[in-house]
Amino acid sequence: MHKFLLPMNSRVVKGKTWAAAEGGTNLRKFHIYRWDPDTPDQPRMDTYEVDMDKCGPMLLHALIKIKDEIDPTLTFRRSCREGICGSCSMNINGANTLACTQNLSDLAPGDVTINPLPHMSVVKDLVPDMTHFYAQYQSIKPWMQTQSPAPPDKERLQSPEDRKKLDGLYECILCACCSTSCPSYWWNGERYLGPAILLQAQRWLLDSRDEATGERLDDLNDPFRLFRCDTILNCTRVCPKGLNPAKAIVDIKRQLLDRQI
Amino acid sequence: MKYRNPLSIARGLGSSKDGLGHWWMQRLTAIALVPLVFWFALSIIALAGQDRAHVLTWMQSPFHGVVLSLFLVTSLYHANLGLQAVFEDYIQARWLQLSSRITAGFAAVFLGFTGVFALLRLVFGG
Repeated sequence: MHKFLLPMNSRVVKGKTWAAAEGGTNLRKFHIYRWDPDTPDQPRMDTYEVDMDKCGPMLLHALIKIKDEIDPTLTFRRSCREGICGSCSMNINGANTLACTQNLSDLAPGDVTINPLPHMSVVKDLVPDMTHFYAQYQSIKPWMQTQSPAPPDKERLQSPEDRKKLDGLYECILCACCSTSCPSYWWNGERYLGPAILLQAQRWLLDSRDEATGERLDDLNDPFRLFRCDTILNCTRVCPKGLNPAKAIVDIKRQLLDRQI
Repeated sequence: MKYRNPLSIARGLGSSKDGLGHWWMQRLTAIALVPLVFWFALSIIALAGQDRAHVLTWMQSPFHGVVLSLFLVTSLYHANLGLQAVFEDYIQARWLQLSSRITAGFAAVFLGFTGVFALLRLVFGG
């Protein structure tokens, strides 16, 4: 029932310290979570010294510099480097965000601590297992559902006003920064959909062209899927795209109320 | 587990199509408790140090008697709803979560009936 010690792979030990490749005077230390599934070793925090005079402005620049010049085994996801793919989400100095849009000068001065997204299974180093998160996304049917046949000669039209309702929702890149910062998602992530998926659900509830709003609301009306949200608001605070998942969740609850009362 | 499709795990047993009721009642009772708690606190302050006969007379006034029983029932109902949410949030073991919920529910009903009975006896039995 209650475990008083963390399981073996959750106990992080002290790791190695890696000196900057070519020395330098303006050094900054990065403490980075390392875990390799192919060895029996415990996870460890490695420390890397990076010469900030020869490093780009963003945190992702520092990570790439470490991988290129100091330790090629450091593993992390990255792709677009401009905050649109959502690959490089990680926990930086205690807050989830995208490494590529995190300016190093915006962090508190001094050492930087980098962990994988909290409360996710780790595949390796900073790479979390997103399987369940994506499956939850698939479970809300994130595509247009209609009863009426599509117009034969044109697309389904939407007024500019109706399109505007999707602003603040469609921009979500599914980086999971919000969901993995949410204590409710930590405790009940298996059944609670979490802020990211619920924001996506609201995006389809609000789409004027969708004809399955009722069924979508039926599927969400559940103590665990939706109502585990206790408006803690970590989601809204960390969203690197500046979206407001907490508001989307409240709006879903309001729609459930609207059809019953 | 290993061979089970992730979507099948995410969909689980499906939606219970219930949950709004709990959420709505929690809010309704919270709103009701704002004036009730305010009234209760003021009453306790006013009654402090008074003798039994005085308190009894106060209780026997229709307004105070009714509002006191409303406060009793509403606060216990609200507490039970809140405890249910706490158990669902934090207790992972299924049997413990369920037995905690049942115990809290029984306790709330027991305390509510006991309180109302005591109130009726005081008001009508003197």
